Amino acid sequence: MRSIDLATNSERKVMEVHSGEPSPAVQTAPLAKMVAKNVDAFFGKTQALKSVSLEVATNRVLAIIGPSGCGKSTFLRCLNRMHEVASGTMKGSITLDGESITQIDEVNLRRRVGMVFQKPNPFPTMSIFDNVAAGLRFNGHHNRKHLAEVVERCLRQAALWDEVKDSLNKSGMSISGGQQQRLCIARTLAVSPEVVLMDEPASALDPLSTAKIEELIYELKQNYTIAIVTHNMQQAARVSDMTAFFYLGELIEIGETKRIFTTPDKRQTEDYITGRFG
Amino acid sequence: MMTTNEKLYLLWRKTKNNAMILFSLACILLALVPLVLIFSYTLIQGISALNLDFFIQMPKPVGETGGGMANAIVGTGILIGLGALFGLPVGIMAGIYLAEYGDNPFAGTVRFLADVLSGIPSIVVGVVAYVIVVLPMKHFSALAGGVALAILMIPTVTRTTEEMIRLVPHSFREAGLAIGIPRWKTTLRIILPTAMKGITTGILLAIARAAGETAPLLFTALGNRFWSTAIDQPIASLTVFIYDYSKAPFEDWIRQSWGAAFVLIALIFILSVIFRIVTRSRYAEH
Amino acid sequence: MTQESSAFPIDASTAGGGGIPPAAAVSSRLARKTRWNVGDFVFKHLTMLFALGVLSLVFLMGYEMYKGSELTMTKFGWNFLATSIWDPVQDEYGAFPLIFGTLLSSFIALLISLPLGLGVAIFLSELAPRWLERPFSFLVELLAAIPSIVYGLWGIFVLVPWLRLSVQPWLSSNFGYLPFFRGPAYGFGMLAAGLILSVMVLPIIASISRDVLQAIPSLQREAALGLGATRWESTRVILSSAKSGILGATLLGLGRAVGETMAVTMVIGNRSEISASLFSPAYSMASVIANEFAEASSSMYTSALIEIAFVLFVMTIVLNALARLIVWSVTRRFRT
Repeated sequence: MRSIDLATNSERKVMEVHSGEPSPAVQTAPLAKMVAKNVDAFFGKTQALKSVSLEVATNRVLAIIGPSGCGKSTFLRCLNRMHEVASGTMKGSITLDGESITQIDEVNLRRRVGMVFQKPNPFPTMSIFDNVAAGLRFNGHHNRKHLAEVVERCLRQAALWDEVKDSLNKSGMSISGGQQQRLCIARTLAVSPEVVLMDEPASALDPLSTAKIEELIYELKQNYTIAIVTHNMQQAARVSDMTAFFYLGELIEIGETKRIFTTPDKRQTEDYITGRFG
Repeated sequence: MMTTNEKLYLLWRKTKNNAMILFSLACILLALVPLVLIFSYTLIQGISALNLDFFIQMPKPVGETGGGMANAIVGTGILIGLGALFGLPVGIMAGIYLAEYGDNPFAGTVRFLADVLSGIPSIVVGVVAYVIVVLPMKHFSALAGGVALAILMIPTVTRTTEEMIRLVPHSFREAGLAIGIPRWKTTLRIILPTAMKGITTGILLAIARAAGETAPLLFTALGNRFWSTAIDQPIASLTVFIYDYSKAPFEDWIRQSWGAAFVLIALIFILSVIFRIVTRSRYAEH
Repeated sequence: MTQESSAFPIDASTAGGGGIPPAAAVSSRLARKTRWNVGDFVFKHLTMLFALGVLSLVFLMGYEMYKGSELTMTKFGWNFLATSIWDPVQDEYGAFPLIFGTLLSSFIALLISLPLGLGVAIFLSELAPRWLERPFSFLVELLAAIPSIVYGLWGIFVLVPWLRLSVQPWLSSNFGYLPFFRGPAYGFGMLAAGLILSVMVLPIIASISRDVLQAIPSLQREAALGLGATRWESTRVILSSAKSGILGATLLGLGRAVGETMAVTMVIGNRSEISASLFSPAYSMASVIANEFAEASSSMYTSALIEIAFVLFVMTIVLNALARLIVWSVTRRFRT
């Protein structure tokens, strides 16, 4: 209950900060795209998440922070049921646009809720073009012209088009790490997801590529809902609208980013942010 | 949300997915059918031939029922003994070299060729043993058979020895060196004993495989219907016994053939299980 | 250098020599490191000698067989491989039907065991939960441990009668118009050989392919699944990464099939003929050696058989070397 209050409060605060005029990206009281209620997650006997309840607001960026092992990646993976791939189980409910994700077919769910991983993982035996088109091909789209359009659009959205437009047939592994990660982002965007989950997308990259990715996130939130797990608090402060702090599998606090980083409610949050641990 | 078209296509994809799961399930079950058939058939056919006589008596003359394969069992034992005598030292020493000093191109070549050697058909190895032992001696002998088996054992023993030694933690080695024991003594007195359990099971596996070989013995050790333990004479073996008796028109002999086959695969099965248990636990430790 | 805490106390008395005063202990240990140690030198070179022995074994084998087949090599030259007459009485030898028999039976074996083996590998690597995968992997590997002679025994008394009484008549009546299924149903013959070989080759292809698939980092599977792929679609992507490793597995399986002796000898029919029909008896290189070597009466006869062994030797070395190179490069690429 508290977390939902916070969300609506912060939305109001955001509107106040922007002097009452709703900016183009902010509609009046945006809905929650995904809602988690009392989520427990288990890997075998180990409990990785305890009673997590939060909302991911539409067209906003939610940053999930916390020390190593606090369950933030686990939670992210629950959102698109990727935890099942690692033999995890989940109790509680998570909904996407009001529909429980366990009722949605997992193949379809993962198309609607895309994921970008920590280590860039383009398909090594495919070209750049084929990588981006992969998701579309899974879904039965084989028309060459249609694919080419989507590939170009997504590569542009991922700010990679100019760099690779003349070498679309080269292997997906032939580009740099930062470019590979943007390729993975383009690949995720190609299937028109509604939510994009990012699991420490820039932690394996150099500062320049990291900056590019952060810019990207800012652009993408206009059209997508984004949840990003990050180790880097400055990054969280830079890119996100909301921040959630996890510790030892529990959600400690969630709120508007600016507030969390200046006047957090909980002691633990403050300790983590000021670097006293983690 | 989803158009009917999209729903249908998803259903098609899921159907393909389930079909593939079913197919691979069918494959594994199909693959295990011969395993079950062979084991059970050998058991059923062979068990009736197994009695004490079978193990301690000599083969009876043609036409008489009964008798046993005592000479074949002893013969296999001698052949394996010879094979181990020639093959184990070579394999173990080579394995030690590869594990201890093996990060150079020469060692890489040795490793590669040892692998290649393991792929050479056993009948070809038999021909080589014929050329280098039978021809100079001018007759078949247990020695020739032993040489063939030794060559067959060497790749397995080499590889296992190397792997088992590599599994010994570096700290053991450093501890020995730190108190001033020279490297070679460290290897012999500390590392090797630690790896010995794994190496022994590798040796047992190599022996089990050698015990199951027939082709190379057909024209090296040849076979012998009589009792013989002489190294320079042809000698009987379990596998050639199975082969000879399987061709016979006598019901009794065929039964004995199955009996011997049963003994053979029981032996190999037990040793495989032991090997698996030991290597699994070794890998789990590290 | 690390030092164990209590197990190996470092003090003057244990620094090999006893009675060395503490101050000199350190410097004497250093001196020992740099001093040339006889034991180490001997040991290293002794083991190297044995390693050299293993290496030279392969060359020795090739050389001896090459030498041993001199008679027929000089008499027939390359024709040995192309002609079909096998007449020990006249000392005329042509290995073509034997090569044909070996290759066709191996081809049949691969035709069956490649898809089956891949299916098994996919099951073990991608689909089975761990508690199921281990025992099943063990069972598949057990198939490879059964000696050839036992396969042969089972072949004679179970497989061949089944073929003769059930399979071949059925094939004859339903597909008899095809050249592959003509002729009387003996049970023995090319079909039996191909079938029994497929059982023997299956575990090789399955185990190695499973290893190759397991070596591919799960990051790739996650990428596909996260994109909304089905299990099978994700496996397809993995398979394309595993292509060369699977090729290596196939080559190794082929190498085994080509050299397989007892099981084939006992069911192939042992007649040196070439025929399009799978029902007809045939002969393989390994089988002719197994059957005729011990009784080869003339030196030309023996030389012919040794030459066949040499051909087998070269074949399997090439196949194995190629396969090892391919498989090694694949699993190594992903191990870093």
